[in-house]
Amino acid sequence: MITSIAAPFSYHAPGSVEEASRLLSRYRGNARLLAGGHSLLPLMKLRLASPEALIDLGRVDGLSGIRESGDGIAVGAMTTYADLTRSDLVAERAPALAEAAAQVADTPVRNAGTIGGSVAHADPAGDLPAVVLALGAQIHARSARASRTIDVDRFFRDFMTTALRPNEVLTEIHFPGEGDGTGSAYTKLANKASHYALVGVAATVTVSDGVCTAARIGVTGAGPHPVRSRRAERILVGKAPSASVIRQAAQRGGVELEGQFNEDVHASAEYRAEMAKVFTGRALESAFARAAG
Amino acid sequence: MVTSTIGSSIRRREDPRLITGNATYVDDVRPPGVLHLAIVRSPHAHATIENVDVTAAANMPGVVAAFTGADIQEQLGSLPAGWVLPDMKMPNHPPIAFERVRYVGDAVAVVVADSPQAAADAVSSVEVEYGELDAIVDAEQATKDGAPQLHDDAPNNLAFEWEVGGGDYDAAAGEAEVVVKQRMINQRLIPNPIEERGVVADYNRATNQITLWTSTQIPHLVRLLFSAVTGHPEQQVRVIAPEVGGGFGCKLYIYAEEVICGVVSKILARPVKWISGRQEGYLATTHGRDHIADVEICGNRDGTITGIKAELYANLGAYLSTFAPGIPTVLFGFTLGGPYRISNVACKVYGVFTNTTPVDAYRGAGRPECTYVIERLVDLFAKEIGRDPVAVRRKNFIPPFRNGYEVSTGVSYDSGNYRAGLNRALEMLDYRGFRADQRQARREGRLIGVGLSSYIEICGIAPSAVAASLGAGAGLWESSTVRVHPTGKIAVYTGTSPHGQGHQTSFMQIASSELGVPIEDVEVFHGDTDKQQMGTGTFGSRSVAVGGTALYMSLQKVIDKAKKIAAHQMGVPPRQVSFENGTFYVEDIRERQMSFGEVVGQAYAATNLPPRMEPGLEAVTFFDPQNFTWPFGTHIAVVEIDPDTGETSVLRYIAVDDVGNVINPMIVDGMVHGGVAQGIGQALQEQAVYSDNGQLLSGSMLDYAVPTAEDIPTFETDRTVTPTNVNPLGVKGAGETGTIACSPAIVNAAVDALSHLGVRHMDMPLTPEKVWRTIRDARAAQTAARRARAAGRTSN
Repeated sequence: MITSIAAPFSYHAPGSVEEASRLLSRYRGNARLLAGGHSLLPLMKLRLASPEALIDLGRVDGLSGIRESGDGIAVGAMTTYADLTRSDLVAERAPALAEAAAQVADTPVRNAGTIGGSVAHADPAGDLPAVVLALGAQIHARSARASRTIDVDRFFRDFMTTALRPNEVLTEIHFPGEGDGTGSAYTKLANKASHYALVGVAATVTVSDGVCTAARIGVTGAGPHPVRSRRAERILVGKAPSASVIRQAAQRGGVELEGQFNEDVHASAEYRAEMAKVFTGRALESAFARAAG
Repeated sequence: MVTSTIGSSIRRREDPRLITGNATYVDDVRPPGVLHLAIVRSPHAHATIENVDVTAAANMPGVVAAFTGADIQEQLGSLPAGWVLPDMKMPNHPPIAFERVRYVGDAVAVVVADSPQAAADAVSSVEVEYGELDAIVDAEQATKDGAPQLHDDAPNNLAFEWEVGGGDYDAAAGEAEVVVKQRMINQRLIPNPIEERGVVADYNRATNQITLWTSTQIPHLVRLLFSAVTGHPEQQVRVIAPEVGGGFGCKLYIYAEEVICGVVSKILARPVKWISGRQEGYLATTHGRDHIADVEICGNRDGTITGIKAELYANLGAYLSTFAPGIPTVLFGFTLGGPYRISNVACKVYGVFTNTTPVDAYRGAGRPECTYVIERLVDLFAKEIGRDPVAVRRKNFIPPFRNGYEVSTGVSYDSGNYRAGLNRALEMLDYRGFRADQRQARREGRLIGVGLSSYIEICGIAPSAVAASLGAGAGLWESSTVRVHPTGKIAVYTGTSPHGQGHQTSFMQIASSELGVPIEDVEVFHGDTDKQQMGTGTFGSRSVAVGGTALYMSLQKVIDKAKKIAAHQMGVPPRQVSFENGTFYVEDIRERQMSFGEVVGQAYAATNLPPRMEPGLEAVTFFDPQNFTWPFGTHIAVVEIDPDTGETSVLRYIAVDDVGNVINPMIVDGMVHGGVAQGIGQALQEQAVYSDNGQLLSGSMLDYAVPTAEDIPTFETDRTVTPTNVNPLGVKGAGETGTIACSPAIVNAAVDALSHLGVRHMDMPLTPEKVWRTIRDARAAQTAARRARAAGRTSN
């Protein structure tokens, strides 16, 4: 089927999260939430996705915006990439988030695409999933009846599959904030066609008295879903971040994906595995430099 | 007093409407009651069609009609190739397949509905039973015994075998001190005009007239071929190419959809519209390039090149597109000696059918592929004999000439000064300075390289008799009409119909300069076969060289007649009248003069014209040049390779072109920029990828990497000017130089960046992974060699 016209669907524009959740329940998994639409609508135009209904979150108040939350920040699900790149709060407390948002696609996409849409869609090559992993985000979700917080480490389950329940709406993402001695970075090798990440790596590190006390590394693009690179993290913690330690850690970047690296017309599994190491090294160098600065 | 605007970068007259969204493209054409046609396309690369059932689709809401190929095969006919080589096989090409599909995207049925949505929905209700067959996508493999066969009348999938050459390559290679051989892949590309193709057909039952609006580079040839295919009388076909949003060669043919929409409109007596989406276009619009070439160069250690040879498998796709046979043959083989004195040239081409989208011209069309082979080979040769690639080029250039130079393939270049462009480009780069920088960079672990490409191309296509002898199925002249209105305003009509080249501006400059009238007094019309009745089209960098000359000649006819009227009015013989800056005057008696407007008034008043002269002031010209034109130049690329990732960045790009005289430098610069961007796209990132069973894996812009602004550097352009003597304007053509020159410059630069590792060749596109593997393997080989040497020393 070759078309650029979506199959027929019904359209709802609820005024509240609760109403959106009830609509999700009513369609029993055959409805999709519409945020920025820059991942979903192309799939629909190709008829790779043909949901019975779209539930547009654009008229739900309170889903957009960036605010302080303790030492960290809370980012509404409908906040656009462009908002992230322009926010002083993000620049100060979660700079890797702004750095990643600036590398998403192009200006029109950044003006419409949202953080919540990206994280909930969980495209295996999306940029932001690596960052939420590395920053240790808490993901807030609500249904008509309940709300809960999901630790990002339990969020990305499988290929385009998250811990969200069918009637839940991702509402907000909390980032812990970066104190003195902490630095974060995101760097990627972009697919020249789509500008998705062939491999993208985000890293957060904390250095205290010359010793790395915490490290989180998120890898996207390389495998079926974004993952933490814990074996690389373990190399770092408890050591002074010398060039050779960073090199050793980089050599373990993405090794968790052994056997499941993506392979397609753009890059082989072997190349992605190698680039996971190269970009882990680059993300770490940049994160440590910021932690020191 | 009006001064000539020839050579001035005046702003493009077409831009205000284009950038304000007020231009009319095919999709903007909405005749009352228009129906929307959608095409059911084969998901299989090769299959028999067992059954097609459109009943369910025809009964869907909003659907007006649905047709299978079998339903209307008589009306649809077969799409012909317009370039016929000796002994070429020309299998049937039904616009809608009815027995067998031969590529993913081959049409099998159409539905017509009252909205695009209803038509799209109905497509999925058409039931087609296929009998799947083995598919073949590789042109070389397709010629082997036992390969799947596409057409019963083309054994071993061979459409043609074609040869050209001169001298005796084998003898030269036998005597040469050095012979270098290489297999080179020129990968398949997908053209990406911003506007995809589209057709609106409107049949008027009362007049039996069919109007086709189509996004095409060749409205007159579409009229001719539509009439030939369908049998509809040519004088009752009107083809309009409204604004055309790019083409790059892929809108240079008669397409199935043009025939289908015309025929369906005729059957239903309703207007019918088909608009391609991007992904549909990737399947149903021609692709470009796709050569497997085994090439050789031979010569001596003093740097003299004595011979060049190419044996080529050209993938033609599933059917012969209109110009396809001419691209890998005539437009590839005749310039295989490039700008060099090479006495022995041998070229053999196998044109091969495969289960892929048909392949035809793509910007440069044969000449980029040819230039790539030559310029890669020259670098390989220079490397082999340990000489600088600049020195080898200089040593072998044809010396400057003004009045023709016959090369060993038998064609005659018009004029050339190849050293001048090379010297200018090297000066812009500071070549010696670069080599010093490169040595320093290598010490720091950086990989930078420089690549040259000195090219020659065939343009201004072309002399009809020559083209016909080489296979062209139609004359390739161009036609113009100049009509001076009684108010003195000028209407210029040209048969060359642009798709972004700015004809309106360039042609206006020629007309206003020749007639000495303000540019505002000139309007240029194109793209409508009812306005300019005869024409050929825009391709092969021919528009100004052939169409502009046709205009120039019509202008001379107008001036000539006006001069006779002026002479009659002023009472002197015509030979005493001169014309300058819009004024007719009598030599030596400057006060006796008439303005152009006064003469025009007399031409239409018709009260005092010379005896037997017809009233009015207009002229028609068909211009057919005696030769092609042969632009040339040297491009230089500087690239840097990231040793960890294999990413290649273009640091500098220098283009020195010689396109003869220039009408509008800004427009020429723009064409060079766009062409180079496409060349960088091919060199570094674009490629159409098919699976072995014929599925297009790079089927959308998510997977097909068109370059963007971030992939290309600031261009440094300059020109040398060596006018041609083939036409009175001295112009050669500038639309394709960028793509023709660029890709070997980039690849030569990348190979140069890795040359100290022992790398001698990489095939395009230079994707990061490919370059990374090359570096890894080269380093491994160097390490192994060191170990072997060390082991050798130890054992001694």
